[in-house]
Amino acid sequence: MTRKQRRLVMIGSGLAVLAVAAVLVMTALRDSIVFFNSPTDIVEKNMQAGSRIRLGGLVQPGSLQRKNIDASFDVTDGKNVIRVSYRGILPDLFREGQGVVAEGQLIDGHSFRADSVLAKHDENYMPKEVADALKKQGHWKDDYGNQAGAQKSSPVKSQ
Amino acid sequence: MIAEIGHYALVLALALALIQAVVPLVGARIKDPVMMSVAGPTALAQLAFVGLSFAALTTLYVISDFSVVNVFENSHSAKPLSYKISGVWGNHEGSMLLWALILALFGALVALFGRNLPPTLRANVLAVQSFIAVAFEFFILATSNPFARLAQPPFEGRDLNPVLQDIGLAVHPPLLYLGYVGFSISFSFAVAALIEGRIDAAWARWVRPWTLAAWMFLTLGIAMGSYWAYYELGWGGWWFWDPVENASLMPWIAGTALLHSALVMEKRNALKVWTVLLAILTFSLSLLGTFLVRSGVLTSVHTFATDPTRGVFILAILIFFIGGSLALYAWRAPSLKQGGLFAPISREGALVLNNLLLTTACATVFVGTLYPLALEALTGDKISVGPPFFNATFGPLFLPLMIAMPFGPLLAWKRGDLLGAAQRLTLAFAVALIAMATVFAIEWGGPVLAPFLIGVAVFAMIGALIDLKERIQLFHQPFAVSLRRLVGLPRSAIGTAIAHFGLGVCLLGIACEANYGAERILSMKAGQTVSIRGYDLTFDNLVSRAGPNYRELVARFTVRSGGTTIGVLDPSKRTFQARNSSTTEAALLTRGFSQIYLSLGDVSDDGSVAIRLYHKPLVLLIWLGSVVMVFGGAMSLSDRRLRIGAPRVARRRNLQPAE
Repeated sequence: MTRKQRRLVMIGSGLAVLAVAAVLVMTALRDSIVFFNSPTDIVEKNMQAGSRIRLGGLVQPGSLQRKNIDASFDVTDGKNVIRVSYRGILPDLFREGQGVVAEGQLIDGHSFRADSVLAKHDENYMPKEVADALKKQGHWKDDYGNQAGAQKSSPVKSQ
Repeated sequence: MIAEIGHYALVLALALALIQAVVPLVGARIKDPVMMSVAGPTALAQLAFVGLSFAALTTLYVISDFSVVNVFENSHSAKPLSYKISGVWGNHEGSMLLWALILALFGALVALFGRNLPPTLRANVLAVQSFIAVAFEFFILATSNPFARLAQPPFEGRDLNPVLQDIGLAVHPPLLYLGYVGFSISFSFAVAALIEGRIDAAWARWVRPWTLAAWMFLTLGIAMGSYWAYYELGWGGWWFWDPVENASLMPWIAGTALLHSALVMEKRNALKVWTVLLAILTFSLSLLGTFLVRSGVLTSVHTFATDPTRGVFILAILIFFIGGSLALYAWRAPSLKQGGLFAPISREGALVLNNLLLTTACATVFVGTLYPLALEALTGDKISVGPPFFNATFGPLFLPLMIAMPFGPLLAWKRGDLLGAAQRLTLAFAVALIAMATVFAIEWGGPVLAPFLIGVAVFAMIGALIDLKERIQLFHQPFAVSLRRLVGLPRSAIGTAIAHFGLGVCLLGIACEANYGAERILSMKAGQTVSIRGYDLTFDNLVSRAGPNYRELVARFTVRSGGTTIGVLDPSKRTFQARNSSTTEAALLTRGFSQIYLSLGDVSDDGSVAIRLYHKPLVLLIWLGSVVMVFGGAMSLSDRRLRIGAPRVARRRNLQPAE
């Protein structure tokens, strides 16, 4: 083989691997990404039942109900409310009146089944997505801002 | 007073770094030996002053001086001493100081052990290294001063985030930083080579041990972080494809590729231009990791900084170093001459394939990590890219690599014999097939992919052993001869086999844990029993007790197998008053390489407790495999050719024209 042919083999195989990777990335991006939505997004976009999303907002005070390991609670952004049901263990610092992000499937326009729940892991933390969603709805309070601006934030997953 | 000394020492270190960045560079340009020789002593002095600064901050933590903001926010007088010390880097300011300390340490090591380097290369390397130091020390002083004081000193601190009060997290950041920052040496060497416009095999011999050492620390650091997440976060996962984890994985993959391509350059003087690019990319990814983790663009347990000026500052550092070095590369790389020829089927060819797959896999992780950030910046849509994405992209690229891995070391340099290598691997094929069939038969109807993954892992492990066996001609020669060959074998060859074996072990653990684990989530009352994979767990009682700076609720479970008691599990929930936060402490029972994992959920008023129970088969192999890889790296590092005295040979070669 000449130098030129060898180089062709190298470049050819390099491009082949890159092409495979590009196809993999494209398909995976189409199939496996999850969009973040606030309760208002779900109502306004009129989202399909069964779609897989991340839902974020505040846990409505007084809405949490538990029976053994089943829990259900309302997530609100101050304008709309979605009922979330979850089977499993809620994170350590899951609290009513505070920020939460749940990932799962939409059952219908106002209820949601979560298969994982993320909450803050610290007193001073508000998930960024939730903070942005609340700001959009005009329900942002300055003391949230102080909390979100404080140091050390750590959402921890729960499944 | 101590805080002021620490602050002043850091300012002096910055001044020294400025001198070290400029003077030797000019000296190397105008061939002035005095100006070039400034680099060595300043590098040592810089280490001394950054060290003094770091020691000052540590002292402030140990004596709990709450008049310093940083200590007030991250420490507590009741905290155990070890966590007072680890608290130094459990926050943004302190961890950046640790970064600067390690950077200075590596610079000083090059100054100490680099006496055999050609003087201009040494001056340039230390100058480039010092440019990085200037950037980071200035960053600390300008935006994140750890020595700032409070006007009204409080009596008590706010304590360290409880999830960080753990031995795993005490050692994870220093190890990770030793890895990240260690790659700065390869980067400095690469940029220095570009400045000089010449590069040769001796250069690769110099870069390889540093890269190897950094790679070992990074491997350990990632493994430690993963084990910490596994037992501390309480839900049994050990890798989440979280952007912060990816930030450390990307430099690791690129660093692994660099290790292999530097080998080709050292042995065959080929792939020079590519190796230089990889050295630049690896450190760039380390910087990117720092940016992602520290800038606040991602929210996670690692994100200390939420001050936007810091993010902008780190972004500027990132653009300067990555943009600058790549521009220099584009300008100077064409002047580097190409080296030895090789056939596609050869050791070099195998290493090229390794690099191709590793860098592509690294690129997919890069896309998955940064795509959500880019999309949000461009369209405002918030998405999350989770494990399904990475399993579907990283996996298919990494598996061929694992299959090809045993072939590489069996191929000869320049022109290899693929059929011969395959014949020598027949045993590995056979064992892998048997393992696959056995697993498939036992777990009939289980996941289809799992037996295949286990087969690949076994193939990689046996393949690594065959490589070693072939080298010492075991069974072909009398045993004594084989033993003598083993002793005489270059340590790097043994190290390669061990590290490749370790990767196989790691994959075996991953495949078993991910596919054959069992999980139960339920609510239990005292006296009840639950079973998982042949183990019976009885919930005995629930007690409350006090720790040094927390209170904990401990549940006691007795574990029985076939009627006999084999152990006790006591998972707990801890409440830390100072921060009004709590952590879940999982309990683990190790049986061979498998573990029973139990963590507590909420406790109801009627005394029933929600529990999360897992059986994790062969899970320990994941971390054990990583440790084996590191051991292989250490073995290779101890190779005579890479030891400190050896580069004298390199120096002689350098006196001749490089090409």
